[in-house]
Amino acid sequence: MKLPLSWLSDYTDISGVTPKEYDARLTMSGSKVEEVYYLGAEIENVVTGRVLSVVDHPDSDHLKICQIDVGQDEPIQIVTGAPNVTPDSVGEICPVALHKSTLPGGVKITKGKLRGEVSNGMMCSFQELGLTHGCVPYACENGILFLPEGTPVGEDIKKVLGLDDYVADFEITSNRADCFSVIGLARETAATFDRPFKVKEPVVKSIGDDINKYMSVEVVDTDLCPRYTARLVKNIKIEPSPAWMRERLHACGVRPINNIVDITNYVMLEYGQPMHAFDYSCLSDGKIVVRRARNGESIQTLDGQDHDLTDKMLAICDNDKPVAVAGVMGGANSEIEDDTKTVVFESACFHGATVRVTAKALGMRTEASGRFEKGLDPSLTMPAVQRACELVEMLGAGEVVDGIIDACAVDLTPKTLPFEPDKMNALLGLDLSADEQKAYLERLEFRVEDGKVIIPSFRVDIARMCDLAEEVARMYGYDKIPTTLYAGEMVQGEYTPKQMAEQNVSLTCREAGFDEAMSHSFISPKFYDMIGWAQDDPRRISTTILNPLGEDFSIMRTTVLPSMLQSLAHNHAHRNPTASLFELGTIYTPSIKDGKADPDVLPHEEKVLTLGTYGRLSFFQFKGVIEAICRELNVKNVQFVPEKSNPSYHPGRCANILIDGQPVGVFGTVHPTVAARYGLSGEVLAAELPLDKLFDAIDLVKLYHPLPKFPASTRDIAVLVDDEVPAASMQAAIEKAAGHILENVKLFDVYKGKGIPEGKKSVAYSLSLRAPDRTLTDEECDKAMKQALAALEKDFGAVLRG
Amino acid sequence: MKEKLQGILQAAKDQLAAAGDARALDEARVRFLGKKGELTALLKGMKDVAAEERPVVGQLINDVRAEIETIIDKQKEAIEQAALAHKLAAETIDVTLPGEEVVIGKKHPLNIVLDELKEIFIGLGFSIAEGPEVELDHYNFEALNIPKDHPARDTQDTFYISDNVVLRTQTSGMQVRVMEQKKPPIRIIAPGRVYRSDAVDATHSPLFHQIEGLVVDKGIRMSDLKGILELFAKKLYGEDTVVRFRPHHFPFTEPSAEMDIQCYRCHGAGCPLCKGEGWIEILGCGMVHPKVLEMSGIDPEEYSGYAFGIGLERTVMGRFKIDDIRLFYENDVRFLEQF
Repeated sequence: MKLPLSWLSDYTDISGVTPKEYDARLTMSGSKVEEVYYLGAEIENVVTGRVLSVVDHPDSDHLKICQIDVGQDEPIQIVTGAPNVTPDSVGEICPVALHKSTLPGGVKITKGKLRGEVSNGMMCSFQELGLTHGCVPYACENGILFLPEGTPVGEDIKKVLGLDDYVADFEITSNRADCFSVIGLARETAATFDRPFKVKEPVVKSIGDDINKYMSVEVVDTDLCPRYTARLVKNIKIEPSPAWMRERLHACGVRPINNIVDITNYVMLEYGQPMHAFDYSCLSDGKIVVRRARNGESIQTLDGQDHDLTDKMLAICDNDKPVAVAGVMGGANSEIEDDTKTVVFESACFHGATVRVTAKALGMRTEASGRFEKGLDPSLTMPAVQRACELVEMLGAGEVVDGIIDACAVDLTPKTLPFEPDKMNALLGLDLSADEQKAYLERLEFRVEDGKVIIPSFRVDIARMCDLAEEVARMYGYDKIPTTLYAGEMVQGEYTPKQMAEQNVSLTCREAGFDEAMSHSFISPKFYDMIGWAQDDPRRISTTILNPLGEDFSIMRTTVLPSMLQSLAHNHAHRNPTASLFELGTIYTPSIKDGKADPDVLPHEEKVLTLGTYGRLSFFQFKGVIEAICRELNVKNVQFVPEKSNPSYHPGRCANILIDGQPVGVFGTVHPTVAARYGLSGEVLAAELPLDKLFDAIDLVKLYHPLPKFPASTRDIAVLVDDEVPAASMQAAIEKAAGHILENVKLFDVYKGKGIPEGKKSVAYSLSLRAPDRTLTDEECDKAMKQALAALEKDFGAVLRG
Repeated sequence: MKEKLQGILQAAKDQLAAAGDARALDEARVRFLGKKGELTALLKGMKDVAAEERPVVGQLINDVRAEIETIIDKQKEAIEQAALAHKLAAETIDVTLPGEEVVIGKKHPLNIVLDELKEIFIGLGFSIAEGPEVELDHYNFEALNIPKDHPARDTQDTFYISDNVVLRTQTSGMQVRVMEQKKPPIRIIAPGRVYRSDAVDATHSPLFHQIEGLVVDKGIRMSDLKGILELFAKKLYGEDTVVRFRPHHFPFTEPSAEMDIQCYRCHGAGCPLCKGEGWIEILGCGMVHPKVLEMSGIDPEEYSGYAFGIGLERTVMGRFKIDDIRLFYENDVRFLEQF
């Protein structure tokens, strides 16, 4: 909402307040000022001048040489090519941009020569001053702006055209429809500076006659239109409105059109009540019927657009057709034209949500709909229509007919709340007396009587004690509220075990050289193709966004893998030689209904630790990272089982991760075909570990084991086995067979090639043997080794290497 | 005899001084102190010395032996020192050569600041609550006093899954979820992802992070809200941070406020960073609306509370002077490894 500060003087007094101070104080009292700017900021050194003479340029057939009196000792010479400057223009007064002047858009004017003739500046058109034709309706469209007779000469053009003013641009919050008006902001201004505030009641003389002889209003759907007020004006004379009104509209960013339209806009800006003017002659039977539109009805609005209406929308109709979309825009069929003779002024209160839905459905948010949808004060319709009629009379735009039609279905009795100064103090942490609180409320036109607060009708946002507390607080000053630290009951702040485990995982990943990544939660369905999932893979069923930004952001992911590969691809494409990333990313698993994601049930959300790396780690180094994560979490009984059918991974280099025999994740080399789709070459490694299952396996109990008092014996064993025997199984067999003196067993060599028969491999283990209470004898160690060998022989046909 | 001894001593001194390595030293030791050495030979000649002189001569010989031994030890140490010095000199390396890289990964910049924030609030007695990002319209809007077709919905362009399910546009719904699950005293923060239908550009992302805060107890006052947030701002931005609270409107708090900090670049004078205002908006906050308390099953006559919401991206961008929000989600290691 743009507010010219000069307009405030109609209701209050802000003399002595600088624009900067105004900005700061209003912002702190609750009306956020985005900026205060000087309306004529872009115009400098432009004055009015009288044309003294116009002669043809000797070297041009379209240029003219003018002598202009700009209020200086001597006239100045200016060369112009404007078509409307002729010898007949002598005596006209026009804007003159002098030497070293500035015009809107940063245009700089300096003196120069035009075809050999000195020109000491420029005569200006209204466009060059940043104005619209509506601001200066007397101007010619194409040429120099000739100002009205009697305009003083040598005057700063900003003063002449009403640009010598500051405008405050407010951000109005949705609860304060009343502040979408000059009066509302003047009230806030007066309250903020504690100055007097007064709105004059409009006075309409009227010419007799009776509105009821001309028209009737029937409100069918009072739920959507609690009040409809109308007055009739006849003998309309459509003409431009006066300069003061045009200037105020322009300062507020509204284009002046003609007196009747300008009056409706002026009243909307002043009171916050949108108005509409119908051409009476277009209303069939002089009837206005306010009702829900019927399906199939349509209307062409003032902007020339055709709209189909529905029974969810409120329409203003005459006897047989809609003539306006209530609260949104009037119809072209009843538009005010230059030959309009009789006008109906509508000042009504419509149901906010309906206006909002209608405006949205029709794709037309207007100044009016923006105000209605916030919920307007039904008491406003009367003063607004009266003000419009007062202005009609003031401007001589027509004759106001006696009588007002006022269809009011709402109780206008002011609402009250109990006055509870103690509760307000308790909520705010203040210690203000009841009188102080009363004074603050009264500044804002609340009345406090008999232990009650009477709420002014325009404050539709006030419903409870806390609302009043805010009023008191902002008048007192938020900054003056003390800062306290509530002691209360002692509450321990802490992370949950799961949150701590997440931190632990993150730390381990970083220690292993992985950077933390974050990717979008919504993906394209094509991402599932990219990672090779079959078309009928049930994991493709995803929570789907009805109104996505585009296909790339259209479904909630059920896997983080494609996002991870995309991030690796980004790094690869930017020639980063290596990238190692991890993400604790959420996946969204929908509830399935009839083979589809059920949109009405919330999906299951779970974090998945996803790792991806290229260019740095080998397969087994990467596996070491996963083992380290499990170790740091104190997760035991981790197994890796070959996985040959996961379509995202290399069939010979992929393992499912099992804990206590239950699958908790997968890792491996990304399938080369999948990697190629991302433009990745070389070995790309990835892992996916849903955290819930992993965290369930955390052993929270950590106990100290005494350090050994007796030495260990280390024995090695190397055997030949068939190539396909998994090393993990052999290790398990040794652990089982070697007995309780086996402290640990470590694989230290796998060898194939020279000296080893085809289809075989040599596998070597180092066994550490120890007893807690004695030094082991050679016999004991030999026995354990024999048992281990026997198991390998029996289970895997192993042959001891010499 | 004395002269002989002096002669041996001098000869030993000369030879030892000339001994440049362990072998020459050993040769000298054998020559003078060995079984067939010169001093041993003298000792063997003691039988020819008069009995009464023997103790004196013996003493003299022993003195010379001791002196030679001392010289040998010293010379030995000198030789070892020289050898060591030589070895060390040979081992000299260019210490200005770069170290071998120890690869340690980095925390995402959003989480660096989020974790700091969590630590601050944990220290103030808060716990951390988490909740769904795909959320019921009820929690995201209705229970926050934002009914369907309320104009406040305009400021939050919403992604819909169905009429009743949305991608949450704010973490504020966690207020209701927490209050439904837990009775006062409540002190939580709820960080998480939120979604708004904003096209991607340098300052807009359809996905970003908020941190919701909620305190509900008996006798919570607006001054407590100011106290905790001022404390928080000083911990995050430094002790000399100046904050201000100005009135604002949120449907789910009343009174409502926005907290600004004085621009840390211009200290309030106005600069491009703060768009000339001298202040930078940090968060929205307010006293929990009694309707929200009621809808969450908490009696507003008995309890009151405050809530606040912080935008994480904006905070992090200000902190590290990051000028493009898209960098957070591209995961370029050249970006991630700067923090």
